[in-house]
Amino acid sequence: MTSGGTAAAAQASRKGAKKPGKSVMGTRPWIAGAFLLPALLLLGALVVYPIGYSVWRSLFDAPGSGFVGLDNYAELFSDDRIRTALKNNIIWVVVAPTVATALGLIFAVLTERVRWGTAFKLVVFMPMAISMLAAGIIFRLVYEQDPERGVANAVWVSVHDTFAEPAPYPGANPRPNSDLKATGGGAFTTKAAAKTGTAVSLPLVAVQPGDLKGAQRAVAAEPRPGQITGTAWLDFTRGGGGTPNRIDKQEKALAGLKIEAVKDGKVVATATTDADGTYALPAHAEGAHLRLPASNFAEAYNGVDWLGPALVTPAIIGSYVWMWAGFAMVLIAAGLASVPRELLEAARVDGANEWQVFRRVTVPLLAPVLVVVLVTLMINVLKIFDLVYIIAPGASQDEANVLALQLYQSSFGTDVNQGIGSAIAVFLLLLVLPVMIVNLRRLRKERQR
Amino acid sequence: MTAVADGAVRARQSLAARIAARTGGGALRVFLILVGLFWLMPTVGLLISSLRDPADVAESGWWEVFVKPAQLTWSGYGNLLGNAKIMDSLWTTALITVPATVLVVVIGSLAGYAFAWMDFPGRDTWFMVVVGLLVVPVQVALIPVAKLFGAVGLFETTAGVVLFHTAFGLPFAVFLLRNFFAEIPRELLEAARLDGASELRLFTRVVMPLGGPAIASLGIFQFLWVWNDMLIALIFADSGNPPITVALQQEVRQFGNNIDVLAPGAFVSMIIPLVVFFAFQRQFVSGVMAGAVK
Repeated sequence: MTSGGTAAAAQASRKGAKKPGKSVMGTRPWIAGAFLLPALLLLGALVVYPIGYSVWRSLFDAPGSGFVGLDNYAELFSDDRIRTALKNNIIWVVVAPTVATALGLIFAVLTERVRWGTAFKLVVFMPMAISMLAAGIIFRLVYEQDPERGVANAVWVSVHDTFAEPAPYPGANPRPNSDLKATGGGAFTTKAAAKTGTAVSLPLVAVQPGDLKGAQRAVAAEPRPGQITGTAWLDFTRGGGGTPNRIDKQEKALAGLKIEAVKDGKVVATATTDADGTYALPAHAEGAHLRLPASNFAEAYNGVDWLGPALVTPAIIGSYVWMWAGFAMVLIAAGLASVPRELLEAARVDGANEWQVFRRVTVPLLAPVLVVVLVTLMINVLKIFDLVYIIAPGASQDEANVLALQLYQSSFGTDVNQGIGSAIAVFLLLLVLPVMIVNLRRLRKERQR
Repeated sequence: MTAVADGAVRARQSLAARIAARTGGGALRVFLILVGLFWLMPTVGLLISSLRDPADVAESGWWEVFVKPAQLTWSGYGNLLGNAKIMDSLWTTALITVPATVLVVVIGSLAGYAFAWMDFPGRDTWFMVVVGLLVVPVQVALIPVAKLFGAVGLFETTAGVVLFHTAFGLPFAVFLLRNFFAEIPRELLEAARLDGASELRLFTRVVMPLGGPAIASLGIFQFLWVWNDMLIALIFADSGNPPITVALQQEVRQFGNNIDVLAPGAFVSMIIPLVVFFAFQRQFVSGVMAGAVK
């Protein structure tokens, strides 16, 4: 829980914490004992004893009666679900702290001594105050699949549609019994080869009403010598009464439809229909088949499935970075404030540009702070639970699995095996052991000063 | 001469100030405003969603209120007030958070003072043990403490949750307060002793008041930690009368259908932490700096 040991120890050594004083009272040991008793009792019963119990319990099977040695630990690396959890934990530990720290560094540098920098910092730091449950609910809304509702997909789709124009008539297809036949991949091609001087009509149906907003009445194209002409229109009269394959009154033109003239599998000419639905192809398209490529009818782009199996872990990491970049920023900003300005100035006088000063002087001077931030975040991420539990929908919870979630499931959830649960707990403890040792070393060094 | 003065002035500028000076401040300002809006957007989305009718939420994105402000309604919050389960859970959260915070402060102060100013055999070793426990993950204790609490009748009780939070808050509390108390000038304590103060009186009248800033940081941190906790409450709290995080978590399974409870509920659960955060920013930040990151 208290992953802040490193930051705390670093802070203490910076301040050069005083050696504790000799008792001013000449206290009798039993008084000291009385002061310490509540703390030691609680720590002993609820922290120290459980460590021992977990180690012992991890050597037994699910019911807790059969001794299995290290089998539970072997299981951590052979069980598929736990291996997914391990793999995800590695991704988490590598990516989340790095991104959060990098953003924190950028924000801290950019807001340093800028007048309204404080307001910015407050905004970025604020998510630290709220629960991971609330953050989880917030990001369930953000990652909503439907672009009409989830802001992430709304932005993504509008960016996508800026670069790739959406299809004009998604879902439309040719009037049955017309000359157009599906030729695979969603395209439609005329059976007959087109001749110049004739008009080739392209009747379509199943156009969505919304795609016809402002459409003109369709006009029959005049045959023109030396050209292939024709009309694309919605061959459907509202209320009935129209004749199939004929442009009846009231029938609407399909503007902006792409048409390709294909000869021997090669596109020799292209055209786009006008506002009245007519098009014209040049003479060298003689003998070609007219194809309406699939891009005319592609379904609207619906964005990314953020919480689907493929992206669920990166998506949740995104929400974590949102919560913790502020933490990195605040610690780094404090470190930045103590960087001696003269050093930076000396580098500038020596002709270094701003980037070089940042890269070669500022960052190395900040290195101790950056390490503290990274390690603190790593310990924190190792135990990530709430965000994954809340954000990952049931369908992709297995893909999003992490050790702490698996531990919960193994201990109290769906697949109860407290032997495995204990083994995961001990494994997590082993992973933070190096930090514990560093903390203790630092403390001892302080004592010897 | 001018060059030196120039250098001195420039030396006081930060990189940000230099970028601002070079670009006329515009580019940097626009960038920071954009990032700030980006960071606010998820929270604003929740807030607006909590102020819309569930039917509208199912239909369209929260940004639609910018063209249709008439969609805003307090009915979600009105319904929440009538939702006994959520209201009770807020009360349970308070019943867990306040004692867990007070206990950590009191017990941590007692031990911190003993480690800082009392002589007893093995003092340094005991303190090393406490510092060693700083990074122990709560996960290690879940199964054993569940068994232990089961045996003594504390499982699924508020008292059990309070004790668990207190125990895991203690290593940091003792570490922080011992370091802070050790900085108290010896003369102050000696003067009090000459006046005939007992050890307990010294603690309550001199040490605790002087430790105010550290105690405030610790208290705020512990408060936010316990208020925001879900995992420990999920396991140890009474599932029939859970704190707010667990009550909301039970609704998450059917996210779309329960958005009318989830959105306002999540926002209400955030109000107290946000108020604490804005009111005690300074203490919160110094708590973070001291490493109280759990």
